[in-house]
Amino acid sequence: MWDYTDKVREHFLNPKNVGEIPDADAVGEVGSLACGDALKLYLKLDETKNRIVDAKFQTFGCASAIASSSALTEIIKGKTLDEALNVSNQEIAEFLGGLPEEKMHCSVMGQEALEVAIAKYRGGPLPGHDHAHPDMEGEVVCKCFGITDQFLKKVIKENNLHTAEQVTHFTKAGGGCGGCVPKIKELISEVMGEQPKKEHKRPEKLTNLRKMQLIQDVLEKEVRPLLWADGGDLELVDIAGSTVQIAFRKACAGCVSSGYTAKFVEQKLREFVADDIRVEEVEG
Amino acid sequence: MREIYADNNATTKVDEVVFEEMRPYFCELYGNPSSMHFFGGQVQKKVDEARRRTADLLGAQPEEIVFTACGTESDNAAIRSALEVFPERRHIITTRVEHPAVLTVCRNLSKRGYRVSELSVDGEGRLDLNELRSVIDEDTAIVSVMYANNETGVVFPIEEIGAIVKDKGALFHTDAVQAVGKIPLNMADSTIDMLSLSGHKLHAPKGIGSLYLRKGVPFRPFMVGGHQERSRRAGTENTAGIIALGKACELAGQNLELENTRVRAMRDRLESEILRRISNVQVNGGKAERLPNTVSVAFEFVEGEAILLLLSEKGICASSGSACTSGSLEPSHVLRAMGVPFTCAHGSIRFSLSRFTTDDDIDTIIRELPPIIAHLRELSPFGREFLARSN
Repeated sequence: MWDYTDKVREHFLNPKNVGEIPDADAVGEVGSLACGDALKLYLKLDETKNRIVDAKFQTFGCASAIASSSALTEIIKGKTLDEALNVSNQEIAEFLGGLPEEKMHCSVMGQEALEVAIAKYRGGPLPGHDHAHPDMEGEVVCKCFGITDQFLKKVIKENNLHTAEQVTHFTKAGGGCGGCVPKIKELISEVMGEQPKKEHKRPEKLTNLRKMQLIQDVLEKEVRPLLWADGGDLELVDIAGSTVQIAFRKACAGCVSSGYTAKFVEQKLREFVADDIRVEEVEG
Repeated sequence: MREIYADNNATTKVDEVVFEEMRPYFCELYGNPSSMHFFGGQVQKKVDEARRRTADLLGAQPEEIVFTACGTESDNAAIRSALEVFPERRHIITTRVEHPAVLTVCRNLSKRGYRVSELSVDGEGRLDLNELRSVIDEDTAIVSVMYANNETGVVFPIEEIGAIVKDKGALFHTDAVQAVGKIPLNMADSTIDMLSLSGHKLHAPKGIGSLYLRKGVPFRPFMVGGHQERSRRAGTENTAGIIALGKACELAGQNLELENTRVRAMRDRLESEILRRISNVQVNGGKAERLPNTVSVAFEFVEGEAILLLLSEKGICASSGSACTSGSLEPSHVLRAMGVPFTCAHGSIRFSLSRFTTDDDIDTIIRELPPIIAHLRELSPFGREFLARSN
């Protein structure tokens, strides 16, 4: 049985904003029956055509797909289109208190439907994803699920994915016949090559201020997204010299392996910031 | 919440009579059957009795029964033994719808130089025996075909298959984990060389299984060590498990008719009521011969995991062939092999009953299921298109 958070259960059992908006300004559709999940998102804008005043959805899919759709509509209501475009799949997952990593593709599907809806409304090119979009950008990599290289690169980059398995969990690509797994690995090294791991650029000398900024940055970009995938989170409490105090939240709080997680955070910070970093777990 | 357990092909309740039978063999009669003293000897007698009871259910001789830890172990032991017995034969035949306990073994062997033929099935999950005739040859060491499919309940014509296999001198193994206790078996008049069964599928506990090994069929053990099970399966016996399996087999023999009358009638009622109350449903393998306790139904435009979790909210335990529950992304290999249409492959649910299922259970499922499907179709963009069309 999947270990879903209470929030996922709540949004699956009583999803918010289900249905259609007959006079919607923007509609985004991703996925298909063959893929096993699909989402149709309707957006209603205010009179200036800038702010989302209503959002509704229809979803075919598993519990986390339904919950992610519900979460998405709750997150974007009241946002401007530009603000909505900044909503990441991590934010959807975080709203739900985390998703099992195998189910992260549900949050990606939500974010993707939003992009498609806005792109269609604005008349721009469609972000490449699915069978449903013959006019998508990029070259199809995963033939089973019709997923393009452009889309994969975007998800790899935004979620900082390092293995083909993670890419499958986040996009489904490679989860069918598996024939495209070598290509996915190429894309990972291509994307990660474009953003070489920061260890190579690790600054020689850091002022205290820059060090603190860098620590915050690494926690935001390199650490928290990985914790979200397991329904966990952390908060930075304080930085004193090279000692970084963190408090675990959600699934990580009280988790028996939080000791390992703290070690992992320390490793990451040493890799990206400085060798003398020490991570301390505090209550807070 | 009282559970309505309709997932008996996954595992079954240990019959309380079985549990009482095994109970003394933990804290009181814990002797090792191999020991010389009276304390072990009395356990040995009980193990012998269990072996007789297990053999009786299969129409076999007691010495043809080897106790193992599970169905998977029996499958592994049978296939690997056949390859050792016939080192010059490098071909294995199985089916595309086999349980992973067989299929994974065969696929791993195919990476180690063995030729593996996987027989296909039609839309109802049935084999084409001409395909078997065309692929089997003098190079075939073993043919392993399940007796009945765990997902759909479709039963294969095992004796007909066995006759073809014997013609070529290969060994014939069947994974009968789902069939034992539901289909009458008689090894005294059978083409089967080896047969796997599992305790927890027939109201014995988990962790005990058996391999039927026809007298005279050469065998190379998978587990070596001590002389237990006549050196065919080393390792101190799981005495309590063996004694439980023996009792469960005795009860299964007594209940065989019940499985094929009362349980079958409940399954048939469940199936026909689902078809009557819900539109756009198909029974996977519905036209084939099937186990009396199993029905696999595919609901169009909805996804299986969502159905299961909503059923679970109502206390109903079933299982699905859908991708999302297994962590894989495609519908089950069985449904794909059958070519179940993509509109409903993701929405397949299996209900599997037992002699502990009641008419009340069936009533509850029949009552709770239609609104769940209607709700999910209401949620689904495809379901809505379909509802709009049908209005």
